[in-house]
Amino acid sequence: MKMNWFELSCKQASVLLSQAQERRLGLLERSRLRLHLLACDGCTHFRQQLLFIRAFVRRYRDGDLPD
Amino acid sequence: MNAENLEQYRPYLLRYALLQLRDPQLAADVVQETLLAALDGATFSGKSSRKTWLTGILKHKIIDVLRRQARERPLADGDDASEAEAADALFADDGHWRQFPADWGDPEKSFEDKKFREVFEMCARVMPLRLARAFTLREVMELSTDEICKELAVTPTNLWVMLHRARLLLRECLEIRWFGNRT
Repeated sequence: MKMNWFELSCKQASVLLSQAQERRLGLLERSRLRLHLLACDGCTHFRQQLLFIRAFVRRYRDGDLPD
Repeated sequence: MNAENLEQYRPYLLRYALLQLRDPQLAADVVQETLLAALDGATFSGKSSRKTWLTGILKHKIIDVLRRQARERPLADGDDASEAEAADALFADDGHWRQFPADWGDPEKSFEDKKFREVFEMCARVMPLRLARAFTLREVMELSTDEICKELAVTPTNLWVMLHRARLLLRECLEIRWFGNRT
């Protein structure tokens, strides 16, 4: 599949989604990511999973989970 | 600070240390040292909560252990290649996911389930050591990029690559072992 320069692959999108947990993405990065996520359920799920994992690790660490 | 008051924090401190160190004996040792240091110390100012104060002491003890380990057995150069291979295997040559990440549904449903915690513990244990270390310094200890880079002697770009790989492998393991079995 041939992509134009603006389109991200899932692999590239996953890199940015992970980095978004470390730093504020640039305007261009955010635009490219938004376009990719509109069309890609897999990466949209990946983004939700990153939030899931971060939330779980903190609550697990703090013992803040239901008995 | 008396011993009884401190004892109630032991389970929390143990979980914290075990997440970071992945070695029950080592975790028990640093927690013991932390509680002893807290009993001795007059450093508690009352400005922070006891839990925050104890966590601060524990973090220092954990970092001491990690530094000692790094001196005693430096991580091999081959690690980067095998980590790259494991993470790259999740994508096809054209950059598409080989298996598209699934919808995990309502997080609370998993958080409530004790079996999920066991699956998570297992997935955290099998993560390659170097990646697990970067991941837990970030997510458990919540250190800044700069602090982690200093501890691991890597650049921010290296660190982001490591965290990305750690997250990819962790989510892959959770999806297969937990979400894959659920339906």
